[in-house]
Amino acid sequence: MAAGSAKRRPLGGTPGIVSIALPAAAFAWFCLLIPQVANGPLFWSVEWVPSLGVEIGLWIDGLSLLFALLITGIGTLVALYSSAYLGGDDHYTRFVCYLLAFMVGMLGLVLSDNLLALFVFWEVTTISSYLLIGYKADDPASRRNALQALVVTGTGGLAFLAGIVLIGAAGGGFQISQLPDLSEHVLYPAILVLVLAGAFTKSAQVPFHFWLPNAMAAPTPVSAYLHSATMVKGGVYLMARLNPSLGNSEAWTIALCAFGGVTAVFASIMALKQTDIKQVLAWTTLMALGTLTLFIGAGTEAAIKGMVVFLLVHALYKAALFMVAGLIDHGTGTRDANVLSGLMKAMPITFIAAIVAGASMAGLPPLFGFLGKEYLYDAALEQDVLSRGGVLWVAGCAFAASALMVAAAGIVAWRPFVGPKAETPVKPHEGPWGMWIGPLILAALGVAFGVIPSLSTIVLEPAATAVMGAPVPVELKLWAGVTPALILSLITFATGFLLYWKHRAIRRGLGRLRDRADPAWDGIMDGVAGGSKWLAKTVQAGSLRTYIFITFLTLAAVLLTTIWRTGALPSAPPLDDLRLKHWSILIFITAGAAVAAVTNSRMTAIAALGTVGVGVALVFIIFGAPDVAITQLLIEVLQVVLVAVAMLKLPHMKPDVVSRIRGWDLILALSIGAMTTVVMLMVMTTPLDLRITQFFEATSAPIAHGRNIVNVILVDFRALDTFGEIAVVAIAALGAYALLRGTRRNT
Amino acid sequence: METLLALMVGALIAAAVYLMLARNVLRFLFGLILISNAANLVIFGSGGLTPEAPPLIAYGASAPPGGVANALPQALVLTAIVIGFGLFAFALVLVYRGYQNLGTLDSEEMRIAEPRE
Repeated sequence: MAAGSAKRRPLGGTPGIVSIALPAAAFAWFCLLIPQVANGPLFWSVEWVPSLGVEIGLWIDGLSLLFALLITGIGTLVALYSSAYLGGDDHYTRFVCYLLAFMVGMLGLVLSDNLLALFVFWEVTTISSYLLIGYKADDPASRRNALQALVVTGTGGLAFLAGIVLIGAAGGGFQISQLPDLSEHVLYPAILVLVLAGAFTKSAQVPFHFWLPNAMAAPTPVSAYLHSATMVKGGVYLMARLNPSLGNSEAWTIALCAFGGVTAVFASIMALKQTDIKQVLAWTTLMALGTLTLFIGAGTEAAIKGMVVFLLVHALYKAALFMVAGLIDHGTGTRDANVLSGLMKAMPITFIAAIVAGASMAGLPPLFGFLGKEYLYDAALEQDVLSRGGVLWVAGCAFAASALMVAAAGIVAWRPFVGPKAETPVKPHEGPWGMWIGPLILAALGVAFGVIPSLSTIVLEPAATAVMGAPVPVELKLWAGVTPALILSLITFATGFLLYWKHRAIRRGLGRLRDRADPAWDGIMDGVAGGSKWLAKTVQAGSLRTYIFITFLTLAAVLLTTIWRTGALPSAPPLDDLRLKHWSILIFITAGAAVAAVTNSRMTAIAALGTVGVGVALVFIIFGAPDVAITQLLIEVLQVVLVAVAMLKLPHMKPDVVSRIRGWDLILALSIGAMTTVVMLMVMTTPLDLRITQFFEATSAPIAHGRNIVNVILVDFRALDTFGEIAVVAIAALGAYALLRGTRRNT
Repeated sequence: METLLALMVGALIAAAVYLMLARNVLRFLFGLILISNAANLVIFGSGGLTPEAPPLIAYGASAPPGGVANALPQALVLTAIVIGFGLFAFALVLVYRGYQNLGTLDSEEMRIAEPRE
């Protein structure tokens, strides 16, 4: 890819050096904290959003420190690796920014003591991982997969946020260190579902797993980082972190064991099916995540101990193997396990790193991986959750996954290096030192921790204690005598070697096994897009008539409901003492309205509207509102003048469009009219509350010194309203002026 | 008279709705005028109908005589009339400008922003 570019600078130039130095310094700092944290958690906090009770509080206990060491330690090696792998790339600086942003997000996630702050960092990792996975932005597949990861983990993140809010409500605060045991709380089921939705999507548990193998579209260093030490373990971290407050229920145990177990076994079977060694590693990562979830769910002391050991084991070997996969890709130009063969001579250093890390993955003694597996088996065999069925399930899943892991390790770390030399796109050659130093160090750590287990316990013991919420002694021994776990291990090796020996046949046999989750995701996205399009086209049809029709239909429904709920129809007030003038006004207005509605002549319409306006003015006059009547008449005249002026420029109303009687429109119009009449009768037969009017009547003269109460209300009591009214008219005039001016300029 | 007023409002609303549902925007505009009038009558009528007694205070008195018309809805209607006129004037210019630019008064033909697919 970028290798061999003319722009290559040592360590990737300034951006590269920064990206290596920062995590290295952080790693050193965290190393210095190890002895302190072993004695008890460290606190440190500043207020961030005091009004919401959000503070940036650092809470460094064993679990945080274990993750922080992995993030910064592996981060340093990955940055170094990237400087050699991508250092000559045009966008390398951008890549470094994404990587550092991701690192900061991840560190914030594991160090935050406040759930809201934790969530913000959680989202930082989601977004920066989106940018990292989509780094090769000119590749459509890369963009699609990045978006898939973003949507899946982002949706889970929203669920998690809802869960956090509920935790805050139930636990009385967002301080993780202060959370009580919530498993008896009435909100617990909702919290459990929401938090696990966030954790399972982030940690790619079946059925949300599909984004992780697709995220392999990212450059290899990203895969090594995101999929070994960090992002996908964010969900695991969350479950481990909340285990003390959420983990004391049967639902938690069942959910985690079920999802974790299925993920572990399904993923290891899928791993055997892959031919791309990077895909094999991706699927085995899923297996590891499933296993970790399974053991957090099991929740016994031994299970937690096994979990933290395996967490470290997996981070070390998986990062190393991803880097090896990148080295092989770089050195040969292919990652196809069917092609690769006999690389041992050409790539000796890579081979050493691969074989050691691979042995750790397979769980062979004396490597750290062996210890990891032994303690998992210990926990699986002795754990007493959920009776014997639970033991069988946990042990069965752990055994199946471990055996398949042996075979997968063989495919990735052994198979490409032995046998006859094969034809590869590039003549096999060793990578630059920056690329092989990382896997070599990680592999060496795997040996060191395996041979001298006490090296790791100083970190692992506080970590296990933090997850358990109670002190957990972690004492690791390479040789613990002949135990059931050791016997199970031997069976695992035998099964694993057999599987490896037959893996080509098994792969052919698995040919028909398809993972349907990815196509299902496409289906869902297409469905969402199609549904949105349909909705937009239906609701926003672009027809003014339709919009108005729906608006009035809604009005009709509301009116009908109101009338129906009120019950009896109002009795019309008696029609006595009506005089000619009353009847004539009725005729004026109704006839005017009817004519205006049906005429095809503009002049007739204007005349009819004028009639209506005058009729309304008459109503005002005979019922004691002379001011209103005067205004009405003035406005009426102005309206007619304006319409008349406009008519000079506007065409005649086309009879063929307007004269057709529109049946549904007529029905709707008449029913709304009738219902308005009914409502109006209801209103006018209800006793009036005159308190406000009485206030105006009483205070108009003494306080406001005015004798026309209506005028006093307008210019005195409600002067601001009147001012607003003037402003509205002025704005309308300005708008009209702007429209007219625009016409002049354009035509 | 309350019954008659209710009937008038109903007739005005019915005509206004029918006009506003037309495709010709000029007719929509006529509907707008009618519905404004109807709304004003609704406000006015809701405050009660009191014949021939405007809310005025005689010189020397500090309050109006009992039984004058309700002043509050009158003030509201005054505002509403003026606002309604502002709305109408703006809408009229909009129709005019629309016709200048699009050459039609048929709202179904005005499809610049939302073209028919």
